[in-house]
Amino acid sequence: MNNLRMHILVCGGTGCVSSDSKAVHGRFVAELAKHKMDKEVQVVTTGCFGFCEQGPIVKIYPDNIFYTKVAPADVELIVKEHVVKGRVVEKLLYHDPEKGTSEAEHRHIPFYKSQMRIALRNCGIIDPEKIDDYISVDGYAALGKALESMTPDLVVEEIKRSGLRGRGGAGFPTGLKWDAAKKAAGAKKYVVCNADEGDPGAFMDRSVLEGDPHSVLEAMAICGYAIGADEGVIYIRAEYPLAVERLRIAIAQAEEYGLLGGNILGSDFSFHIRINLGAGAFVCGEETALLNSIQGSRGEPRTRPPFPAQKGLWLAPTNNNNVETYANICPIILKGADWYSSIGTEKSKGTKVFALAGKINNVGLVEVPMGTTIREIVYGIGGGIRGDKKFKALQTGGPSGGCISNENLDLPVEYESLASVGSMMGSGGMIILDEDDCMVNIAKFYLEFTVDESCGKCTPCRIGNRRMHEILERITQGNGTMADLDELKDLGEIIKDCSLCGLGQTAPNPVLSTLRYFYDEYEAHVKEKKCPAGACKNLLKYRVLPEKCIGCTLCARNCPVSCIEGERKKAHVIDSEKCIKCGVCYSKCPVKAIVRD
Amino acid sequence: MSKIKSLDELRKIKEAAKASTDLRTTGENPDRVVLMVGMATCGIAAGARAAMSALLDEISKRNLQNVSVVATGCVGLCYAEPLVEVRVPGRDPIRYGHVNDARAREIIDKHIVQGILLDNAIIGREVPKGE
Amino acid sequence: MHELKNADQKYAQLDEFIDALPEKDGALIMTLHKAQEIFGYLPAEVQNHVAHKLQIPASKVYGVVTFYSFFTTKPKGRFKINVCMGTACFVRDSQKVLDEITKELQIKVGENTPDGLFSLDALRCVGACGLAPVISVNGKVYGRVKPEDVRNIVEEHMSMGGNDDE
Repeated sequence: MNNLRMHILVCGGTGCVSSDSKAVHGRFVAELAKHKMDKEVQVVTTGCFGFCEQGPIVKIYPDNIFYTKVAPADVELIVKEHVVKGRVVEKLLYHDPEKGTSEAEHRHIPFYKSQMRIALRNCGIIDPEKIDDYISVDGYAALGKALESMTPDLVVEEIKRSGLRGRGGAGFPTGLKWDAAKKAAGAKKYVVCNADEGDPGAFMDRSVLEGDPHSVLEAMAICGYAIGADEGVIYIRAEYPLAVERLRIAIAQAEEYGLLGGNILGSDFSFHIRINLGAGAFVCGEETALLNSIQGSRGEPRTRPPFPAQKGLWLAPTNNNNVETYANICPIILKGADWYSSIGTEKSKGTKVFALAGKINNVGLVEVPMGTTIREIVYGIGGGIRGDKKFKALQTGGPSGGCISNENLDLPVEYESLASVGSMMGSGGMIILDEDDCMVNIAKFYLEFTVDESCGKCTPCRIGNRRMHEILERITQGNGTMADLDELKDLGEIIKDCSLCGLGQTAPNPVLSTLRYFYDEYEAHVKEKKCPAGACKNLLKYRVLPEKCIGCTLCARNCPVSCIEGERKKAHVIDSEKCIKCGVCYSKCPVKAIVRD
Repeated sequence: MSKIKSLDELRKIKEAAKASTDLRTTGENPDRVVLMVGMATCGIAAGARAAMSALLDEISKRNLQNVSVVATGCVGLCYAEPLVEVRVPGRDPIRYGHVNDARAREIIDKHIVQGILLDNAIIGREVPKGE
Repeated sequence: MHELKNADQKYAQLDEFIDALPEKDGALIMTLHKAQEIFGYLPAEVQNHVAHKLQIPASKVYGVVTFYSFFTTKPKGRFKINVCMGTACFVRDSQKVLDEITKELQIKVGENTPDGLFSLDALRCVGACGLAPVISVNGKVYGRVKPEDVRNIVEEHMSMGGNDDE
């Protein structure tokens, strides 16, 4: 019957698609047909493998060979050498920069070694557009188990005992949320999935939806069964077209099989899911703002209480979790709460997906057990800092989080420990910063974001953050005073205390945490009018060291505002009045005669 | 596609669908048994493709979960092609020569399932790796 | 998309969508998505039309249109250049790429070139952080962009000129 001897898996995540993985897939199909092997070798598009830095990724089974950075032009070689003759193409294997060796199997690559995949369990294994692929890896078995052998109470109890907490940021226990929605009175209830991943630099939810959409649908149905809801809504960003498309396909397939719709699996439980497109507003990640947006209104948050569990969508009891939270549900139902709670730490159970980005060697998506140290994530999995620069800080939680400095590198990753150092788990963005990043500038970047995204409903957030941003602007321009630093701190505390929703309550975190760990950088900007990292343009001065300058005229010829003068073979001079501090001369000088201070 | 009306029906679909993803889950298993088939030009000319098809057919018929067939390059023993090497974790690899359809099925039946070596077909054991 | 359709046909297409809605309550954002897909942008006339059809105040429509960054009240260029200013791209110098594009096209963020060929916007994270810094032109993503690549990307599209390749 099935004589397929080989599967070629091509990553179809956004990262790899952006680096042409669709063309790679097409070339495989064409090359295999050319060699008349299309009947024995199958080409599969999968979800994200996580190792985006090395994309496009191609994996070949059963040999279990992991190819990186595969260009369409490489496909012919892979087919000729590997598929036909069984010879591994060495030059496309992952090259370990530390050991100088090549690794053929992904589990030996340091990036994957300490990972543990629960939420991402099927990403990169199954074809997200084929429901049979999902069913073959125990898909919809958890829903079947719940319907056949568990009461709604038992389901809620199981989730409670597992210790699962919300993966969207705040870390509220999922079981308690379900319990509240279950107990709330109401004939009509809703299950909402928050797929409005707004934290810039975090893309784990997108990867789950692109790589394993059914796992979210199944979990929402289980939740519906548990709390007594018959309708689910997925609120997803319009910026994720691929994820929307895969969800649409998945819903249609599940309906065709009767795994969504009326009388699921012959029971009297019915559940429908529809997709609701967002329209680009960060505040809609806040659950009450999200509900308003689903109702077609401006995404402004509501005052709580009443909580969504009592009065949510269209004022009916509503349970709202984010994508990654739902992605953990089915394994818990299948393998049990005891199994799940054996992973992680005392208060933070299970695993967490992080999106590593910034100045790190291995940008990508990683899933690790709670309690893994930051050092392990940055240096073990992440492969350390790019270009051998010095680590300066790790930013977690995006615009709501804070920076973690060198001294806390051995901190285990869990909700409480991150909060104790002034940051937060957040949705899982981890941005690594090096010596060239100015912490004042980074704080300003995040605040600019919140000022832009504040919905304007409450004053502390609308005006307070703007004032803080102005102060930071002053400081990076070289006009700050020491009183400004105190003002930042006071304002920040007030905004945290007085804002209506999570956006405002966390907006000052990037500033407060950098003030706490990098006060000396703020001081340098204010007192010495200097930016130690050399990032704040207005505080920079470029000058030529006359004793080093060889008069090659390269700098003068490249200066966009012609502010460098000097004769051939003689020392040049920069007119600092006219200089726009673009840094072109600095990078062009062949003898490093231009300095920045 | 028709509707699935019970958990049993879901299980049936799962069993049917498993065949299509087994290759991937088996490939991930470090303890799997690997059958290496010499698929260089000479191997293919000598009939390696028929041997491979027979192996795959036998594995799927018997529903062997932990065995995968991998194409490999020329090992230099051209006189004995087609070649199939059996690699069981923790044991010395065994190499069989002149593997045609019948012998391929015999390898699965005797060696893999019953654990009996096909003495008459072995063509020189590999030197055991230093322990 | 074909520009052959006249305004009446566009309105008819929008009406068809609205009339087919199972529920008009809460359908405003969905309708605006559709309207922007049809018209390319949401001028006052279109907003009024939507308000009328959904029987809600025009002020509510305007409030929603201006709240969400995805909606635009001005037409965009034929080639929409988006520069990712998410954190991952920001720390890998996307600002320099953005500066280069403003210089090359002589327009600021949110503006169109006078010939209507290009429009420039900054957006937050397309999720291709492994390729940072990233820009996209009509949805096609360019990764690891250096300021010196900008001219090529712009010229590549200029040469397509008025020809629709999609």
